[in-house]
Amino acid sequence: MNSENQLTIALAGNPNAGKTTLFNSLTGLKQKVANYPGVTVERKEGGWQLNGSRAKLIDLPGLYSLDATSMDEQIARDVLTGEQPDVSRPDAIIAVVDATNLERNLYLVTQLFEFKIPVVVALTMIDAFEKQKHEIDIDRLAKLLGVPVVAVNAKTSRGKDELVERVREAVASKNTIPFELNEDTNGGEHATIFARYNFISNAVQESVTHNDHREHRISDKIDRVLTHKFFGLLILVVILLFVFQAIFSWASLPMDLLEGGFGVLGDFARTHLPEGILADLLVDGIIAGVGGVLVFLPQIMLLFLFISILEDTGYLARAAFLLDKLMSRVGLHGKAFLPLMSSFACAIPGIMATRTIESRRDRFATILIAPFMSCSARLPVYTLMIATFFAGQTIFGFISLGAVLMLAMYSLGIIVAVAVAFVLKRTLLKAPPPPFIMELPPYRLPNIRTVVQNMLTRAWLFVKRAGTVILTISIILWALMYFPRSAETLTGAEPKTAVNQSIDGTATEGDSAVELPLPESEQLKNSFAGKLGHAIEPIISPLGFDWKIGVALIASFAAREVLVSTLSIIYNVGRDETEESPSLISAIRDAKREDGRPAWTPLTALSLMVFFVLAMQCMSTVAIVRRETNSWSWTLFMVGYMTVLAYVASLITFQGGRMLGFE
Amino acid sequence: MHIPAANAEKNMINRTDDNKQTTLTELPVGQVARVTSVTGFGPVTRRLMEMGVVPGVSVMVIKAAPFGDPIEIRLRGYSLAMRKNEADTIEVQF
Repeated sequence: MNSENQLTIALAGNPNAGKTTLFNSLTGLKQKVANYPGVTVERKEGGWQLNGSRAKLIDLPGLYSLDATSMDEQIARDVLTGEQPDVSRPDAIIAVVDATNLERNLYLVTQLFEFKIPVVVALTMIDAFEKQKHEIDIDRLAKLLGVPVVAVNAKTSRGKDELVERVREAVASKNTIPFELNEDTNGGEHATIFARYNFISNAVQESVTHNDHREHRISDKIDRVLTHKFFGLLILVVILLFVFQAIFSWASLPMDLLEGGFGVLGDFARTHLPEGILADLLVDGIIAGVGGVLVFLPQIMLLFLFISILEDTGYLARAAFLLDKLMSRVGLHGKAFLPLMSSFACAIPGIMATRTIESRRDRFATILIAPFMSCSARLPVYTLMIATFFAGQTIFGFISLGAVLMLAMYSLGIIVAVAVAFVLKRTLLKAPPPPFIMELPPYRLPNIRTVVQNMLTRAWLFVKRAGTVILTISIILWALMYFPRSAETLTGAEPKTAVNQSIDGTATEGDSAVELPLPESEQLKNSFAGKLGHAIEPIISPLGFDWKIGVALIASFAAREVLVSTLSIIYNVGRDETEESPSLISAIRDAKREDGRPAWTPLTALSLMVFFVLAMQCMSTVAIVRRETNSWSWTLFMVGYMTVLAYVASLITFQGGRMLGFE
Repeated sequence: MHIPAANAEKNMINRTDDNKQTTLTELPVGQVARVTSVTGFGPVTRRLMEMGVVPGVSVMVIKAAPFGDPIEIRLRGYSLAMRKNEADTIEVQF
């Protein structure tokens, strides 16, 4: 028992053994989710009422073994030996064992015996097991294992009281089993593994009477369709299409509401605060910046809802199984497909979803290419450029040039991602193709509580980040555009800056185009951001961009879609401009450089689109990559190589286009 | 590295001449076989064994993925997917 007189109980078990469901049912909503320091292994804790005394329940990561070959295993080992800082050594371990998959689940239990901590086995999936007409002599199994065994069912609360009782007894007795294996000397370095499985086989043989595996027959029938050589892939595509369609369409209403809400909040602050720098900071910096990121919350929640359901039912493992061959050609794991697909909606949940990939190198490779997938924030940029310069044009008279360009931008992202993964896996992240040894769990109905809890956990992590990193960067960007103040703006009307923007281009039609006073653009020109724009002009002019586009580019490093609102400010066409508003389109078409040449040509637009496909212009993604890789050097490397790639590709587009005689 | 089978299995191997020795990759779909040894080394082999692929266990190939790789096998009452690279190191007999 530790000094605070509070018990610490560890929950250990194989993935898919029902550990999370049991954890949720024991702790209720009193959970704390964080990372173990310095790594991305999730640390889950909750309070558990143990007949009067409170215990801290630690949910260890899902494990097949404790040999410390993966980060999860290392952390679990450290927790059990008491070497993990901030976690007191557990007083008892609850070993979660799936009754329908007894032998392999017991392997971990035999390893848990070695830690000299009392073990209580919680037998899950017992109803599924009994439905299959298998029989198990629990007392016999307990005797053979030498530890208490309790059959539990999280849904019906079966065995919950008994589990409490057995854990209390185990803690009180401090009884650890003298566990000894008869190692076969012939076994070489794997002798211990053989001995453990021999012990398990004997114990299972003596306590279980197996019927024919009926559950597997049902799973096999489902699998005959879902992993079919042709239909399996077809169904996978349909499922993914449905998921992404849902993410876009179901999220649009709550996103509009959130966006409207932040607008109202901004207006409220504007009208109730004395005019001045504080109001500007709050409205244009904080509310607009943080709000602009928080509107993505519905998309993120929906994506994780679907991922949880797919994972819980067992389908995710099948999808990785179906696609592993394709992914391994590039050197990636089959599990990388989902994070990459998710990144078409938004790279942030995509990168968060890479946690399912065990190998660090494969995980990093996936993280580093995820932002190439054209996310929803690029859409306003593509749409604006196409509407301005390529609207109504067709190829062969019937294919819309806009659609072709859109497809080309998406394809460019994918091709570059594949190429980069190919190179990374042979250089910086060199590793043999990741082994693919994966359990295909039987299909199960998802546990709604687990699914919802998982979704809420992700959502909270995202909100927390928006409140810290994104808040800071928003303020910096706002300041860059706000300072130094020029004389006109101090006397002029409300200065507004560019961080606020519409996410999906459906902003309210507010201020009419010409009403906005001139000082807005004057202020921008003289601000630090404006000066930066001038400073980088020599670098970006080979790409076809003048300093004004430069300012928009700098601002769009906060978030891509900021380009639209920044261009609106630069060309004085009103703040709530959307990518389809005619005034912004004509302003871009009419914009002139200082020497009178048009600032924009179709080629400039193309070059800009290519730049946006490849450049790392999203502070939220940068923040999440930093968090998930736990390394600034990898994060900066990603920003660096993506920017270089974007520059080169944009340069080739513009200069190549000019050589071919386009303007 | 070669891992000898447990004694009981050794006796069984020598018992008749009908037994066919092959690797898991070559094992026909649906055919039940017994693992005789796992050649190979390092963490991948270790993981295979921790997942229960040890000499003496019976296995069956369920199917191959759309592009022929990976394959799904059944052992100890559960399904395990692995690439042919890994399956090549598992010797079976039926």
